[in-house]
Amino acid sequence: MYYIDPHIHMVSRTTDDYETLAKMGCVAMSEPAFWAGYDRGSVDGFRDYFRQLTSFEPKRAGWYHLQHFTWMCINAKEAENVKLSREVIAMMPEFLDMPGVLGVGEIGLNKNTKNESIVFLEHLDLAAKRGEQILIHTPHLEDKFKGTSMIVDMLCDDRRLQHDRVLVDHVEEHTVRMVLEEGFWAGMTLYPVSKCTPERAVDMVELYGPERLMVNSAGDWGPSKPTAVPDFIMAMRRRGHPESLIRKIVYDNPVEFFSQSRNFNFTPPEGMPVAAMK
Amino acid sequence: MLPIPLTAPQILNRDFLEVRAKILELAACLDRLERADGSVTDDPRMKQIHQGLTALDAVGAKRAEQVQLLFSLPYDEAWRKKWEL
Repeated sequence: MYYIDPHIHMVSRTTDDYETLAKMGCVAMSEPAFWAGYDRGSVDGFRDYFRQLTSFEPKRAGWYHLQHFTWMCINAKEAENVKLSREVIAMMPEFLDMPGVLGVGEIGLNKNTKNESIVFLEHLDLAAKRGEQILIHTPHLEDKFKGTSMIVDMLCDDRRLQHDRVLVDHVEEHTVRMVLEEGFWAGMTLYPVSKCTPERAVDMVELYGPERLMVNSAGDWGPSKPTAVPDFIMAMRRRGHPESLIRKIVYDNPVEFFSQSRNFNFTPPEGMPVAAMK
Repeated sequence: MLPIPLTAPQILNRDFLEVRAKILELAACLDRLERADGSVTDDPRMKQIHQGLTALDAVGAKRAEQVQLLFSLPYDEAWRKKWEL
């Protein structure tokens, strides 16, 4: 089955992973900007990273006929440095109109601090002023419920934002409802240890239905599995769900959400209806 | 809520051994904690673990959601006012 991974950090993966993803049926991916494992020292460090996301990664993906899309921001972890964050936010427009850049992301909270919240709000302001789509990181483990609640508060307080143009990622059983009920898109992130599993993601599909729901691998430099979306597809099949339902979650939904971005110039694979795109 | 294609007996047949293995892992971990030197009886995480085990026995509850909330920090609705944001 063809699928799209809507959240995967390919800068952390090898070229072999691109090849494996293509062989597994992946046709496109979106890569949010994130933490590199160390705090960058200057705005130029981010500028170089954004160049990598917008130039080299699409090229590497293209070697295996994969389409690569990306998002720009300073992540929540480095957002603790408000001065640097403001410099990065001021620089981001250099990249937001480039081909393949879908919007602002992954912004969000990490430890749910005041500084993180300030920078999150300033990212929202940039996105609202420019009409950008937004992709959001929510904290993990014990911080998740509190952080996701704070994020939903801030999103709902900004009347300029269209909720159906916002994707809130890493939802789990205790946060998925609040995200969907406010009209946002929700992403379930599958990890090999400690977080959401394919079976629990299928449970959430059964509980909340497939509308505005996606699944991703977040494949990054930590313990993660870039082929987690095919694991979800297999879990759905083993539970007896029809192919049309599976395809909606792993292909149609990402296409529908991303199609709201002016830079989503996606070419469907042969045999896939263009009608899947809005 | 979507209709679930598999029946409850089919799900039990499919998942029984996996559930058994997970319960064994929990039992072995709790034994390990008891065997080891020192005590964690007063560690608040032990209380969370025992509350989690109790939540598994609830009927008609959303157990996964309840366990998630047990292991979550509290949320204060007035947070923006407190930080003047």
